[in-house]
Amino acid sequence: MHEGSSALALVLGGDPALYAIVALSLVVSVSATLLAAVVGLPLGALLALVRFPGRTFIVVIVNAFMGLPPVVVGLAVYLLLSRSGPLGTLGLLFTPKAMVIAQALLVMPILAALTRQTIEDLWAEYRDELTAMRIGPLARVMTLLWDARFSLTTTMLAGFGRAAAEVGTVMIVGGNIDGLTRTMTTAIALETSKGDLPLALGLGFILIVLIVLVNAAAWGVRRAGEIRAG
Amino acid sequence: MQTRRLFVAAAVAAALWAPALAQEKSIVVASTTSTEDSGLFGHILPIFRQATGIDVKVIAQGTGQALDTARRGDADVAFVHARAAEEKFVQEGAGVKRFPVMYNDFVLIGPKSDPAGIKGSKDIVAALKAVQAKGVPFVSRGDRSGTHQAELALWKLAGIDIAAQKGPWYRDVGQGMGAALNTASAMNAYVLADRGTWISFKNRGDLAIAVEGDAKLFNQYGVILVNPAKHPHVKAALGQAFIDWLISRAGQKAIADYKIDGQQLFFPNADRPGA
Amino acid sequence: MRPPVSDLPLVFEDVSALVRDVTLVNGISLQVDAGAPTVLVGPNGAGKSTLIRLAMGLVAPTSGRITWGGRAETDGQRRAMVFQRPVMLRRSVAGNIGYALHAGGIARAARRERVADLLAQAGLAHLAGRPARRLSGGEQQRLALARALARDPEVLFLDEPTASLDPAATKAVEDILRAIAQSGVKLVMATHDLGQARRLAGEIVFMLRGSVREQSGAERFFTAPATPEGAAFIRGDLVI
Repeated sequence: MHEGSSALALVLGGDPALYAIVALSLVVSVSATLLAAVVGLPLGALLALVRFPGRTFIVVIVNAFMGLPPVVVGLAVYLLLSRSGPLGTLGLLFTPKAMVIAQALLVMPILAALTRQTIEDLWAEYRDELTAMRIGPLARVMTLLWDARFSLTTTMLAGFGRAAAEVGTVMIVGGNIDGLTRTMTTAIALETSKGDLPLALGLGFILIVLIVLVNAAAWGVRRAGEIRAG
Repeated sequence: MQTRRLFVAAAVAAALWAPALAQEKSIVVASTTSTEDSGLFGHILPIFRQATGIDVKVIAQGTGQALDTARRGDADVAFVHARAAEEKFVQEGAGVKRFPVMYNDFVLIGPKSDPAGIKGSKDIVAALKAVQAKGVPFVSRGDRSGTHQAELALWKLAGIDIAAQKGPWYRDVGQGMGAALNTASAMNAYVLADRGTWISFKNRGDLAIAVEGDAKLFNQYGVILVNPAKHPHVKAALGQAFIDWLISRAGQKAIADYKIDGQQLFFPNADRPGA
Repeated sequence: MRPPVSDLPLVFEDVSALVRDVTLVNGISLQVDAGAPTVLVGPNGAGKSTLIRLAMGLVAPTSGRITWGGRAETDGQRRAMVFQRPVMLRRSVAGNIGYALHAGGIARAARRERVADLLAQAGLAHLAGRPARRLSGGEQQRLALARALARDPEVLFLDEPTASLDPAATKAVEDILRAIAQSGVKLVMATHDLGQARRLAGEIVFMLRGSVREQSGAERFFTAPATPEGAAFIRGDLVI
């Protein structure tokens, strides 16, 4: 497979444009995951611990939105950020910031749903003890979030994996601009469509290695959790 | 060029969040996938930047989508190749004025085995009639792009109502030029492509040029400034500077100088009346 | 900061608790005073656990009133509980105790010494850094005790604390309980182990099917129970 060997040569050759693309992908997806966590983790904890009217409905919606098609999110954000759209004056379209926002929206339901499940399970286990110790509501949330830290880290890694692997969202809101909004996935799409398969494959290798590393990290975190905290 | 890219690689994280200094002098140009895929922008934009310090950010979409992006005010300049659509764009007030810039031509690509028996012909209309009559596989871009609109116009010239007369041999993929070529290569089908994308396309498989040189395959590019009256935020001065450069001697020369494998892809004709 | 008021006597006034149409306790009237350990005995389903959970506020009474030292509303800070199966936080042994101290409002500076004291009391000093969840059952129960004591309780409730432990671990726990009782903490403990009741109780509360049948000094109960059910229970004839 001659495309494979030239792909490897490209990757190992250290082409700066290639590494700029990889760097952007990482920055966008990491930022998006952190942004999604700021909303998603507390939301998940809230859904786990507080019974309020409409809670079941929100839980169902959040679970369903774990499977939001990236292109749909991309299109929705595009319409919002377009100059002709409601938030057009922010001038965010076709910038990395728009990509971060759109990916954060994509990842947020995953973080919220998985956090809710984790916290709910943990609360069921801790409820009697924490109630007997008269732990107040805020302290309760902090305790649960901290004690669930290994599961929550795995959750964050899952969210990051989803962000790093998607192409539909960032393609639409980023515009795949050379040197500005081109990520690994959009570059793969572009190079494939240009018929430049060696470069597309090279990027594909890197993306797969990245995803494998993320999953290995998730596994490692779980193991560390089991060993260190039981 | 290498230094510039290294700098971008190192500063990309900071550029993400810092009030982007690079955006001080930059414009967004909505253009077509075929122009991008051919590599033309990679050649002429650095020259433009060198001359004016203006950074051009290209969004490559099909002509239909590019004009829509411009219409919404999400781009400052539109640079496409579908004259009728461009003139309508200006007429409806979305654009200021259309300037012809350059042309390339379309070629009919097909399998070397040539099942439609049209190889070497210079008559595109006869060739298309043969394709339809024999029902050999044909890939259409189907994406309202300039190429797609040219293809539809050619079917019409051949007297074929393609919407009514297409059969399973007509594969409408709804994608850009590169993707359509990939599909044609995989299916051993005929496909109408712009010469620029074809020359730089690397995944040819068993495909080769079947028909070329017919005057009807002429593909004209035009550039239009998005109307600042409709979208006040449009960078009118910088956008006009880009247009002015494209039709200037320097810009036209840059376009003509772009070659792949020694072949010139685009032929500047900003000075040609009625182009 | 020890508040001047006491949580005792704990008084149940005609308390009933229904959960999902099942009556757990029915019309309980009971007074628990300061002093020697009060042990709740009775067969399974008698309502011993429910009584304790009512006292700790883990279950709300469906009717009736519970008062502490004459007050219906208290902050509950002077009460602690140990469950049959303790739940360890995902931290070290010392971390678990530190957590309880923090929850009790003890400032960080004072905490370290207190943690060491409590670890020593529970015989866990050598396990301070170990992840709490990796302790044996007996060790975890001792940690639960240390955690409960960290809150400096006036009353310590225990719900069958040694039911899941082997005899050696049971003895270790009972030794600690004896020491705690001697230091002035009121123990209220549910158990189905008659031998344990004999060893630890100062006062017996005999429960059957959701109500209190007898309440008397331990010696009096074991030698001359007031009810035939009580006598049957001591003989081992009453299982349900």
